[in-house]
Amino acid sequence: MAASTVAGIFESMEYGPAPESDKPALAWIAQHEASFGHFIGGAWTKPAKGARFDVIDPATGQILAKVAQGSKGDADVAVKAARKALPAWRKLSGHQRARHLYALARSVQRNARLLAVLESMDNGKSIRETRDIDIPLVARHFYHHAGWAQLLETEFPGYHGAGVVGQIIPWNFPLLMLAWKVAPALAAGCTVILKPAEFTPLTALAFAELAAEAGLPPGVLNILTGDGSTGAALVDHPDVDKLAFTGSTDVGRIIRKATAGSGKKLSLELGGKSPFIVFEDADLDSVVEGVVDAIWFNQGQVCCAGSRLLMQEGIADKLVTKLRARMEKLRVGSPLDKAIDMGAIVAPVQLERIRSLVEQGAKDGAELWQPTWAVPKEGCFYPPTLFTNVAPSSTIAQVEIFGPVLVSMSFRTPEEAVALANNTPFGLAASIWSENINLALDVAPKVKAGVVWINCTNLFDAAAGFGGYRESGYGREGGREGMWEYLKADWTGRKPEAGSRKPDNAKKKIVAAKARSSSGLRLPASDASQVDRTPKLFIAGKQARPDSGYSIPIIAANGAHAGDVGDGNRKDIRNAVEAARNAASGWARSTGHNRGQILYYIAENLSARAAEFAARIRDLTGRDGKGEVDATIARLFTYAAWADKWDGQVHQTPIRGVTLAMNEPIGVVGVAAPAEYPLLGFISTIVPAIATGNTVVAIPSQHHPLAVTDFYQVLETSDVPAGVVNIVTGRRDELAKVLAEHDDVDAIWYFGTADGVRACEMASTGNMKQAWCEGFTRDWSGAEQGEGREFLRRATQVKNIWIPYGE
Amino acid sequence: MTAPRHAALKLAGADPDPADERREVPGGHVTRNPGMPLDLDLVLAQRVNRSAVERRAATLPGRRTVKKQWQAAWLLRAVSCIDLTTLSGDDTAGNVRRLCAKAMHPIRPDLERTLGVEQLHITTGAVCVYHQLVAVAVEALAGSNVPVAAVSTGFPAGLSPLATRIAEVKASVAAGAREIDIVITRGHVLTGNWHALYDEVRAFRDACGESHMKTILGTGDLATLTNVARASMVAMMAGADFIKTSTGKEGVNATLPISLVMVRMIREYFEQTGFAIGYKPAGGIRSAKNSLEYLYLMKEELGDRWLRPDLFRFGASGLLTDIERQLEHFATGRYAAAHRQPMV
Repeated sequence: MAASTVAGIFESMEYGPAPESDKPALAWIAQHEASFGHFIGGAWTKPAKGARFDVIDPATGQILAKVAQGSKGDADVAVKAARKALPAWRKLSGHQRARHLYALARSVQRNARLLAVLESMDNGKSIRETRDIDIPLVARHFYHHAGWAQLLETEFPGYHGAGVVGQIIPWNFPLLMLAWKVAPALAAGCTVILKPAEFTPLTALAFAELAAEAGLPPGVLNILTGDGSTGAALVDHPDVDKLAFTGSTDVGRIIRKATAGSGKKLSLELGGKSPFIVFEDADLDSVVEGVVDAIWFNQGQVCCAGSRLLMQEGIADKLVTKLRARMEKLRVGSPLDKAIDMGAIVAPVQLERIRSLVEQGAKDGAELWQPTWAVPKEGCFYPPTLFTNVAPSSTIAQVEIFGPVLVSMSFRTPEEAVALANNTPFGLAASIWSENINLALDVAPKVKAGVVWINCTNLFDAAAGFGGYRESGYGREGGREGMWEYLKADWTGRKPEAGSRKPDNAKKKIVAAKARSSSGLRLPASDASQVDRTPKLFIAGKQARPDSGYSIPIIAANGAHAGDVGDGNRKDIRNAVEAARNAASGWARSTGHNRGQILYYIAENLSARAAEFAARIRDLTGRDGKGEVDATIARLFTYAAWADKWDGQVHQTPIRGVTLAMNEPIGVVGVAAPAEYPLLGFISTIVPAIATGNTVVAIPSQHHPLAVTDFYQVLETSDVPAGVVNIVTGRRDELAKVLAEHDDVDAIWYFGTADGVRACEMASTGNMKQAWCEGFTRDWSGAEQGEGREFLRRATQVKNIWIPYGE
Repeated sequence: MTAPRHAALKLAGADPDPADERREVPGGHVTRNPGMPLDLDLVLAQRVNRSAVERRAATLPGRRTVKKQWQAAWLLRAVSCIDLTTLSGDDTAGNVRRLCAKAMHPIRPDLERTLGVEQLHITTGAVCVYHQLVAVAVEALAGSNVPVAAVSTGFPAGLSPLATRIAEVKASVAAGAREIDIVITRGHVLTGNWHALYDEVRAFRDACGESHMKTILGTGDLATLTNVARASMVAMMAGADFIKTSTGKEGVNATLPISLVMVRMIREYFEQTGFAIGYKPAGGIRSAKNSLEYLYLMKEELGDRWLRPDLFRFGASGLLTDIERQLEHFATGRYAAAHRQPMV
């Protein structure tokens, strides 16, 4: 009986081909004569240098179209178009912008199948995914952000769009990443230059055309195609206010360096090696499907793919057996076939990378398993792959493979699961499987990840922020938290341009003082009647002598010698960071109420010595010391108040369950306090950090550190746990750079000179720590610029925990 | 749970390789499940995450599809797995005879010729009736291979006295029913009285003798998917040949999520014992498309062996007409009307 007759199939019960037609997509390409320019200022634009490159269907190897290779000149034209469109777009009311975003969402839905097919052909991902996941999420993102546009004035008062935005997106979810970038930017009132990935530019170009048809004003959205050099031209362009990038950590690092000191806002969504943790009481059959959705979704080319399977030892063998059986059932084939699970890998170079990493894994001794069936020989296909007996130290356990390759390990206890989960430089996502809600909710906060899925995986929604911890980047996309990436405070616009700070004469003073110090000359003390006081450093709750054995003399406002402070060096920073790290997890676990009480107690003790501090500040600065002390006490009260009120949210995602957006501390924060206010500036920067559960290593104002060294005693008498606040005096920019470089510091906050900003941002790339660096002067005495939600947002990162429920 | 728990029950044909918990699927004849002692550890170890199950069930129909002659062949396969059913208070000999005629020739001869499947002699899997009509159906189906299934044990509530229920099973067997669809006491599940459930099902199985027993769990009454899983496991331990979702009379009948839970239990039982248990979703399956989704589920979760009537049945009545319409559309290219298909 012939295999493909009805009678033959009745016996074999095989699946047959179920192709989605490629004709409408090919017709759209043909309309453009298979050759595209950039889409700039509402029109197709020829590339300045005329160069074009091929866009290839990875499943067939066929050339789909030729696309413009953007040059520096093209980038300039695009940025100019966006700049030109900005004033009118920004001037629109939120409601008017909401209408535009709504029209974009409707247009995506009207053209859903064309976009789905085009995406599948361009990327190699299955039509099932583009049809059922990518494109519906694109529409959802525009709907959701039409809402933020509508509500912008009332929900984000005092803020406006960041300006001209450059966005660079990857090839794994081409149109969805466009939506994640473009929707919030347009809602906020920004204009955009978007560079799609070199491998997958077609849906972005189609979208630009649809947007123009839908009435989006020219220049509001510009599409610049090209390779990495095109992206670099956008990154380097001086007239871009904000950059948003999704891609590899390596490129993210390059972008951070390239923009250091530029004042451009930056959000980065980078790589991952996300853990998928299975406890022995999980529903193992559901776990198996979870793994399929984690690592065999989009051929594993997903930044948040659950690529490290961590199994509790007792169920490891059983789970592996179930997984192998499931893998035999997966179908790999033509992306346009409606009955396949996995399509093609995006390009030969990526296929080669996967192959070589798998070879490396096998060579390193891990056990490789692939299904018995073969993938198509033509085109870029790779089978689902499972490694067992993987050592945490092996290459495949550490690096992001970005392919359908799962590595598995076992653990004995929840503590060990958390340790293995966090044993990576990344921190994008995690998936936790257990039928015990106590266990799952205990582990979720301990895992370093921006997104945690409990008994589910790879769920996305416009209402919930997405983004990483650690080297997985910073900033969030989606939800209220994502909107902040495209907004800036109105007062920053009112200020003169960056760099308006009066020339920082700290360096000069230090050099002069140091010269005196080393010549042995001692200036007369301001008050010889008192017993000599030798301020040291403050590390791990104790006053510690500086490692260098040197001191720096401090000059009072009247030119007299006010005292000496320790000349801290890199070893002191090392010790301080170690103390802060040791204190971090305990402090993060302490209750908001408890932290608030300690802050009130600090205020109380400072108040008791207010006159002494006022006198010190007056001596040092010649200004009204009492005013600064009073303001400092008020600021302590502000953050004591906030300590138990910086609530998270429950997002309205479309699941039966809750999505908790929790504000978690970043960890160890390095702070170079502003110079202007010796005490108020110091408190204004370290207290929001500790109020939210961070520990800090702080460098006080280098002009006037004595106000802070006096403060050690206040800290000592206020029940601040050892290591929560560590203070190293000395040369600010040198010490700040050591902090910025330190791989165990999670954020660097620097308030100083433009040079210092640049140096700190540059140095932050070692572990991709968050860098909040300002080279301009804030009004620290006022509430608008000196305290509040902005500081709390900086001090925390949002972790979204998805918890579906139902029995 | 790395080794089969009941080595004594291993089949001759089953693969006893201790390194691999998975077992060989029977090729031809399925050896009847003798049951096993109630193993409460195994029953209580079953945990089901509802949201995850619903997600798998919701996405499965999007992952698989069959088109053209594949669709026609799969729909014919669905027909061959239908327990063509009438379970109404107004059933008479007349409408049951009509049903039996349809069961023996579910596809119009002209369609069979166009599809090239005359030689397959496709019939439905069985005819399913109340006890009172078993004899009528047996007579009407004489000479065909279509068995008669009787719903029994105080269907649908299952709350008549145990002795009455057992007597009803025996009476239906005596009347010629080769298959008995029994209902469980749902209260045993809701109160966690697994021993009582086991004993009850065991007693029905003994009463069935050579007739095959389908155990109806009444899943719409069981409240949670974990209950569905545990009741499935107990029913199989007590000797069920098939496990079946519903009577068709509960508020919620067969659904894909419930089916997913039940077929996963069949897989677990197979891995534990080597015995292949059949699955019968019943109630609410009315469209050809929906029937294909169940076939995808069986193929993906259990394998091709579970796509044959000895291990898979639909409990349905209206489904057949919709499948006939789809087959006619495939054969003629025109969309079909229900009134042009021979009535059940």
